[in-house]
Amino acid sequence: MTCEELLKALNDYVDGAELTEICEEFSEHLAGCNPCQVVVDNIRQTISLFHAGRPYAMPAEFEHRLQSQLKARWEEKFGKSASSKATE
Amino acid sequence: MASHVIEEPTEVGLVRLAKEGDFSAFQKLIVALQPRVYGLAFRILQQAQDAEDVTQQTFMALIEHIDEFREESSLATWVLRIASNNALKILRKKRGLPVVSISAMEQEDRYSDIPHPEFIAPWSQTADEIAQQAEVQAELDKALSELDDKYRLVFLLRDVEGLSVKETAEALELTESTVKVRLLRARLALRERLTKKFGDALQVMKPDHQHG
Repeated sequence: MTCEELLKALNDYVDGAELTEICEEFSEHLAGCNPCQVVVDNIRQTISLFHAGRPYAMPAEFEHRLQSQLKARWEEKFGKSASSKATE
Repeated sequence: MASHVIEEPTEVGLVRLAKEGDFSAFQKLIVALQPRVYGLAFRILQQAQDAEDVTQQTFMALIEHIDEFREESSLATWVLRIASNNALKILRKKRGLPVVSISAMEQEDRYSDIPHPEFIAPWSQTADEIAQQAEVQAELDKALSELDDKYRLVFLLRDVEGLSVKETAEALELTESTVKVRLLRARLALRERLTKKFGDALQVMKPDHQHG
């Protein structure tokens, strides 16, 4: 495997790509290469860590302000009756 | 087969109602999207006021253009695309750079230029354990802020927001192969940075082979 192939395979492997030929070759490589295994684990943990902190709570004050701005814009576009009829 | 349960309207159904002017359908559509847009903008811009501006602009634009939404992509992809463009405009303005589209930043990214892993060590705790720690969010934000914009955007949409490579490419108007190269670069850079922080210093290993 060339370096470029290895890096490409690493990316696909982390994404759980189908076992293409190159991924199969990479799996075989991984079985015998501890540093590569650790790099794959590190990357997966890095992604999990960022994913875990994903939902940012919006400040409540902003959330309220946003809702009223959106509603006002909605009524401007569709008319008051459309929006109030729908929200009743 | 007739279904006897009252089904929640699907996204397509809600979009149709919203296009007819139903505000509650619109609210249902965006309730889960709002914190995602806010979080994405916050992570791109690292600033609450800017994140609020992007969130507001994005959902105002959604109302403006809801009629143009064709169900070729999911609403989330469409909205995250608008949000990333809005966030990027602010980012470039702040940095005194000309406001260009994301795709205009496209230049060849090649696998051959990507730095190889250097600091290799298993982490001493799992990602879930680390995620519980108080300081970790600031650490993650700092690591993201050190990434080049074009790599950060791809990482945020693909790995944090969970879009597919194809959706990320659509959202950022990039080719899928560019997304993949940038994603790898972002992943490796963040891995390097976080492994220096969370890796077990007693188990550091050297890459034991040269690739041709």
